[in-house]
Amino acid sequence: MNPLTRTTTRTTARNAAHITRASALLAGLALLSAGPAAHAATPAELLAGYTAQAGAPAQAARGQQFFTTRHGREWSCASCHGATPTAGGKHASTGKPIGALAPAFNPERFTNPAKTEKWFRRNCNDVAGRECSSAEKADLLAWLMTLKP
Amino acid sequence: MTNPLTIHRGALLLALLTGAALTAPARADNLAVPQLPAYQQECAACHLAYPPGLLPAASWQRLMANLPKHFGTDASLDAPTLKTLSAFLAANAGTYKKVARDPSPPPDDRISQSAWFVREHREIDRATWQRKSIASPANCAACHTGAAQGRFSERDLRIPK
Repeated sequence: MNPLTRTTTRTTARNAAHITRASALLAGLALLSAGPAAHAATPAELLAGYTAQAGAPAQAARGQQFFTTRHGREWSCASCHGATPTAGGKHASTGKPIGALAPAFNPERFTNPAKTEKWFRRNCNDVAGRECSSAEKADLLAWLMTLKP
Repeated sequence: MTNPLTIHRGALLLALLTGAALTAPARADNLAVPQLPAYQQECAACHLAYPPGLLPAASWQRLMANLPKHFGTDASLDAPTLKTLSAFLAANAGTYKKVARDPSPPPDDRISQSAWFVREHREIDRATWQRKSIASPANCAACHTGAAQGRFSERDLRIPK
């Protein structure tokens, strides 16, 4: 290898390290300055996270099945959200209106990881008497993301 | 001697200058309370953000201690939010005059089973309660159109078909 090429390679590697460090810093600053918005995410990012945790691809059809059937308890997901959650639903015991769940019909949905986790925890407990697995969450979200206007 | 009107005007000016809201004196049917975003966000997701004054402190304390089993549903909160909301409810509990007069907890700690609530709604028959548009005594806003703003007067009452 001629000396010039070697130098170029080394310089490129050093530059790359700088760039990585700079972007890490930038990301850190963005996190600090953005406050609560720092937790913002997209439905696709959340789906990718659940799919990675599950270690297998999500299956939308399985998600729909989970959503519309009961799991040994009084309510299914559909009891409050409606069988096709592209429109608003209604809380099965209080009657309070619930906004559409499918993200294409309600841009607020699945944009906050903590909120998403909170509602999975509560609602899976109500519907199935346990928390949902990452695979179940991935399936549900994958199905909800197939619903388009 | 200071003229009372002057004081009144001064207070008004102060309120305007400090940006304080000029609220009407509390009435039996006006239960507006200081708004706490977390209370709206967490509790009003499933039901009206009930005015804290409608239950005595002991009831709120019990409800908040049992959120994972909240009238048949899991309404669990993270620890910091639980603490914030519990403090807010404790500070604003029991202010409704009929609760203040008799602060004994209603059966099940349900607002709708308070003696005053049952009395106020005695003219509503069972069939009306069961209408799909109403569904539950928890659904205040079905008939009390100003419920979310703490207004429960008869003027704001409209019973849906």
